[in-house]
Amino acid sequence: MASKAQSMPRSLRIASAAFVIIWLIVAAFPFIWTFWGSFKVEIDFFSIADWTNALTGERTTETYGSAFTGAGYNGAWVEEGFMSNVINTFIVCFFVVCTSLTIGTLGGYALSRSSHNYTFWLLITALIFRAMPPITLVAGYMLPFFEWNLWGILPTTIIVLVAINQPFTLWMLHSFFKNIPQELDESAKVDGCTQFQAFRRVIIPVMWPGVITTGLFSFLLAYNDFAVSSMLLSESNRTMMPQVAAFLGTTYTEGNIMFAVAAVVSSTVPLFILVMIFQRQIVSGLTAGAVKG
Amino acid sequence: MRHSTFFWFFLPTGLAMILFIAMPIVSVVTQSLFTPHEAVLISVENCGPFGCTQETTIDQDATAAIRDAEPLGRFVGLQIYADRGHIAVSEVTEAWQTTDSLGAFFNRLANLPFYRAMAFTLVFVFVVTPMVIASGLVIALAVNTVTARLKGIVIFFSLLPFVINPLIGSLVLFWMIDSRGILGNAIQWMAADPTLSLKASTGLMWISLIIYGIWHASPFAFVIFYAGLQTLPTDQLEAAQIDGATRLQRVRYVIVPHLMPLMTFVALMQLMDNFRIFEPIIGFSAEAHARSLSWAIFNDLAGETRQLSSAAATSVITIIGVAILLSPVLVRTWRDFKGKA
Repeated sequence: MASKAQSMPRSLRIASAAFVIIWLIVAAFPFIWTFWGSFKVEIDFFSIADWTNALTGERTTETYGSAFTGAGYNGAWVEEGFMSNVINTFIVCFFVVCTSLTIGTLGGYALSRSSHNYTFWLLITALIFRAMPPITLVAGYMLPFFEWNLWGILPTTIIVLVAINQPFTLWMLHSFFKNIPQELDESAKVDGCTQFQAFRRVIIPVMWPGVITTGLFSFLLAYNDFAVSSMLLSESNRTMMPQVAAFLGTTYTEGNIMFAVAAVVSSTVPLFILVMIFQRQIVSGLTAGAVKG
Repeated sequence: MRHSTFFWFFLPTGLAMILFIAMPIVSVVTQSLFTPHEAVLISVENCGPFGCTQETTIDQDATAAIRDAEPLGRFVGLQIYADRGHIAVSEVTEAWQTTDSLGAFFNRLANLPFYRAMAFTLVFVFVVTPMVIASGLVIALAVNTVTARLKGIVIFFSLLPFVINPLIGSLVLFWMIDSRGILGNAIQWMAADPTLSLKASTGLMWISLIIYGIWHASPFAFVIFYAGLQTLPTDQLEAAQIDGATRLQRVRYVIVPHLMPLMTFVALMQLMDNFRIFEPIIGFSAEAHARSLSWAIFNDLAGETRQLSSAAATSVITIIGVAILLSPVLVRTWRDFKGKA
């Protein structure tokens, strides 16, 4: 704010502060509202009579003797066994992140250090693959997976998600490795290292910031995937997102919509924590793609 | 780097992409040319005291056997693309010949599932993308003026709609705009119409899906533009001010051109992501009013009878659509590459 050009009249300053506050409400209010409402009974959360019931929990008090109830959570976690879906999600996320980072680092490093023509074509192919909606590939998986009895299990889904994730991982790591000076591994090679030794002893120690950022986005992709995992997992192996969708299918009729609300709130908690801890990395990852790409 | 070293480094990721992206594309294209075998029918002549009757039944064993032997089905060429569920060639020609005005023709077209899905997908893409860029820019400009201490918390809350899964995000919004939810109630009150419901109206459903799309993607545009604003050259701004540019003119002639490359990037990402819109339709239970190409694929695959061929044909059409959207970028990248070489 040192520059004269950036100083603003008071009115404009107030207007933009007001706008920021409105945006914050638009961005955050739906989550706060749903979180609050998840501790209510259905006729409070969806109140026909009076919308303030959702705040005060009048019917909840009538039913449970207190304005807050864990009934929705009890239904989702205990009765419907949401725990197993949560465990499945974390298994999938863990292996997707580890595998895609391992093979992605090798590939991204190679792309950044090779000056041959084919690296351009590989990157363009990756860009095209990145642009394709993953669901268009699912029809191609079905028949082979059924034939070879691979359908419905977690490892298959993990490998598919790793592959779908690769184009993005490659682009991201490629641009991170481009930023690491080539002289580092060149000099290691002059000292007698092979390319792989140079990678292991010189590049690996300095690559972690980029790898962590890329890993975050791999995690988000695996965690948030609905289309592919709901098609490729059998009912007993479902991850969180397909399970939430399944709650909608079964519970709209049973009137237990609060199970779904509780499950939705539960599934956002890990993301809140993630954004809280890794905000800086997520922002830098988003912008890295823009500046380089 | 030597070719062989490159090969070994790239092998695992290359293999993963060939096996699970390239091969499935081939598989999808092949699948779209085949259709399941028809049931094998057998005619049995039942002769009783009142004469003989011909009875046709399905030979379950023979049907299962032929379906097992050739799981792809029988080859039908482009027939699936042309059927009523996809391009609907005969229906479109018929509609073209029998209707006398363009409006009536488009009305007929809107009843065909593929064109309905296409219409919504395109409207969504070309409304949401510019709106996201505009709102992202405004938010970035506004946030840029608040004090540095608040920026962290603003960015934290702004990121939430973007990192949350579209299914979850749309559900959270949908529960609020439900006619019994808080926003639904508010809208009814404002319109003074207690029977107003988003679920009942196609137009309102489209609007709420579009609003969801903007809400979901604005943070992405905002973060990128905000990063771009940090590199804004102050001397240019000052020069513009000395030349008498108003604040709006400075935004129009200095800031926007500076952010132009980032806008192209956001537009590109948004085109790709909005074209695949799918989860919000599930979250909003909007199937009756709005369908997209991705939803059509999902619906074909999810049913009791998995309609692989129909899904595959829609997939191929979707891939072609993505390719068309992406072609300007590819051409530009190719020119850049040629220029460098």
